[in-house]
Amino acid sequence: MAKSFPVMHFDAVIVGAGGAGMRASLQLAEAGLSVAVLSKVFPTRSHTVAAQGGIGASLGNMSEDSWLWHMYDTIKGSDWLGDQDAIEYMCKTAADVVYELEHFGMPFDRNDDGTLYQRPFGGHSANFGQKPVQRACAVADRTGHALLHTLYQRNVRARTQFLVEWMALDLIRDADGDVVGVTALEMETGEAMILHAKATILATGGAGRIFAASTNAFINTGDGLGMVARAGLPLEDMEMWQFHPTGVAGAGILITEAVRGEGGILLNANGERFMERYAPNLKDLASRDVVSRSMDQEIKEGRGCGPHKDYVLLKLDHLGPDVIIKRLPSIREISIKFANADPIKEPIPVVPTIHYMMGGIPTNVHGQVVAPKDGDPNSVVPGLFAVGECACVSVHGANRLGTNSLLDLIVFGRATGNFIVSENLKAAPHKPLPGDAAEASRARLARIDNATSGESVSAVADTLRKTLQAHCGVFRNQGLLSEGGPRAARDAHLDQRSQQDVQHRARRGARAR
Amino acid sequence: MKFRIYRYDPEKDAKPYYRDYDIELDPHDRMLLDALIRLKTVDDSLSFRRSCREGVCGSDAMNINGTNGLACVTNLKTLKEPVELRPLPGLPVIRDLIVDMTQFFKQYHSIKPYLINDTPPPEKERLQSPAERERLDGLYECILCACCSTACPSFWWNPDKFVGPAGLLAAYRFIADSRDQALNARLDNLDDPYRLFRCHTIMNCVDVCPKGLNPTAAIGKIKDIMVKRAI
Ligand SMILES: Cc1cc2nc3c(=O)[nH]c(=O)nc-3n(C[C@H](O)[C@H](O)[C@H](O)COP(=O)(O)OP(=O)(O)OC[C@H]3O[C@@H](n4cnc5c(N)ncnc54)[C@H](O)[C@@H]3O)c2cc1C
Ligand code: SF4
Ligand code: SF4
Ligand code: FES
Repeated sequence: MAKSFPVMHFDAVIVGAGGAGMRASLQLAEAGLSVAVLSKVFPTRSHTVAAQGGIGASLGNMSEDSWLWHMYDTIKGSDWLGDQDAIEYMCKTAADVVYELEHFGMPFDRNDDGTLYQRPFGGHSANFGQKPVQRACAVADRTGHALLHTLYQRNVRARTQFLVEWMALDLIRDADGDVVGVTALEMETGEAMILHAKATILATGGAGRIFAASTNAFINTGDGLGMVARAGLPLEDMEMWQFHPTGVAGAGILITEAVRGEGGILLNANGERFMERYAPNLKDLASRDVVSRSMDQEIKEGRGCGPHKDYVLLKLDHLGPDVIIKRLPSIREISIKFANADPIKEPIPVVPTIHYMMGGIPTNVHGQVVAPKDGDPNSVVPGLFAVGECACVSVHGANRLGTNSLLDLIVFGRATGNFIVSENLKAAPHKPLPGDAAEASRARLARIDNATSGESVSAVADTLRKTLQAHCGVFRNQGLLSEGGPRAARDAHLDQRSQQDVQHRARRGARAR
Repeated sequence: MKFRIYRYDPEKDAKPYYRDYDIELDPHDRMLLDALIRLKTVDDSLSFRRSCREGVCGSDAMNINGTNGLACVTNLKTLKEPVELRPLPGLPVIRDLIVDMTQFFKQYHSIKPYLINDTPPPEKERLQSPAERERLDGLYECILCACCSTACPSFWWNPDKFVGPAGLLAAYRFIADSRDQALNARLDNLDDPYRLFRCHTIMNCVDVCPKGLNPTAAIGKIKDIMVKRAI
């Protein structure tokens, strides 16, 4: 293999074509910057496509609402651990970015007066926690699909350049610590390249696949986090993982909270609506951490359903076929296919399932990645940005409210795009690449290429996933965590172990990733 | 369970061949994709695309016992053994079950798949009645999996000239949108012996769509509007 890789130059390189990456790329492409968006899958296959329930904004189309109430709910939901300035910005901007999506052509559900329909969602309330409010703008239960396709379409219009089925490998940092691009692998040919950029934006999404049971797609492996960690930069709040109360038992596939928003309820083995006991005000619409813990408690105390008493039931037949078919068509499809249950007639077996990573790459509200330096805890890393689930602004603190992630993608994708546009990159020269820009990636690829023995990657990954599942569950305690930490580190020690299998993934055959 | 899978690695193989597998599945393996992932632990050179494993991303379309479908929502119990898997027909094969979808996306892009409305947007949402919105149902849900277009004989013969069912469904999705203002330009773009009129209503597309969409009906509606416009 050659000592370095061929080089391509761009004003900006975005790694990731989910909602966050494509919202940012749109700002850049429309402003005339040369921007390349890399994705290891075709853009509309990114996991944003699977988001179901909705995107939150206090439009007040159904009843009075205010961004202050949305802000209050978000701060409270975060267990008071979110960044309140960032939350204020997000909730204040929400209406504008949702209207913008509508103008882009997103096919939102409508009210009789032609305005956007909004549904209730967990943790969203009117008047500072008094009663549930309808704040989630939705496209049936396919909101993420509609959002992602609309953004892709808008990017087609803006002639954004996509590098499809390209896998980013490493960040390139120069002697000053500035980020000047990434190395990447074109998966079809196996050719590695340097993408030299004035701004590098990570939008690689979540990492839910580090757990054994997950609502996430196979591709959600946290690549961006790895790139940042390998570049010697810190990550934030990595212990803060959200369990979604309703994953299909055994399959992990998500059943949106919108089911409870539309009136669905959770029942234990005695047929009791147990959330009335745990959260008398918001009941089944309490925030996700509360509902997940309550379900786990019910199961622990022997009130779970089924032969192993290991799940609870989500009942929605009382909503009637009309509501289910009109507002929750995909949920019905999923339930029939993956749980053998038609929710028009029978309840869906559900368990709390790993869903969302609140932590990630620390950024400010402009999407600039920050790291401690010379006594400044929030010193900007020049050239590097992060948006979406891989980033930690942090607007979600210790627990994200439903509908606030899609909002996060769009608000901060746009803000980051605007900030980069304001930096006037077109006129600025590229910072030169360091001489060893490709070295880390080259050495790793060479090692993998030349390895002839070792453990299988799928076996190592399975062990790691099982460890996380067992030690970092809904309830965590000192004992479990301090045992699990070192164990995961040992499991994950791919450096000494990887073999051919990796080669197949990383080189020509990497299409299947 | 027995499988017979099309294998081709252009770097190594002079031509494609079939490989037989017999593998013991786990009771939790419900869908064809679960079986493929298990097969990959035995033979890690086997290549296929996949992501969401719930039928929304459109990655894992393939030809399953002669019919196009998504592996992740095809229940193993419905399949006759040996299960024969081939890449989607009519597109160049990159490797094993992975096809080059360039031509498919080119056609999708050719219909200008985005809302066109040049009036300055209002401060809030553009209004749309529930009835107007309902016209988009059955159109916007397409996941671009290409099951339909690669089952369409007209697309096989003229992939560069005939837009194909997926692209035409998308074209109608924008024609049908009360907010779109480019009706005439959209019709002009399709008014051609090949782009639209190569559809001979064979309905293969409808039979295979894993999302239950009906491209043939959409194509029929475009043709109707086209005819009305002519008189
Ligand atoms: C089932 C489900 C339902 C959800 N429903 C909702 C909801 O109703 N409302 C809500 O607000 N939130 C919801 N969420 C959360 C929300 O959908 C996600 O947090 C969000 O979509 C993440 O978007 P993203 O743009 O950050 O990343 P993604 O959409 O995951 O995109 C990541 C991108 O990065 C690319 N990528 C990753 N690694 C690499 C690499 N090494 N090289 C190149 N490219 C790479 C991928 O190809 C992809 O394009 C849901 C999540 C799930 C799992
Ligand atoms: S109906 Fe038209 S588009 Fe569909 S398969 Fe037949 S020829 Fe192709
Ligand atoms: S119309 Fe159906 S079969 Fe065709 S690409 Fe769309 S989802 Fe796939
Ligand atoms: S893996 Fe996404 S559609 Fe099958």
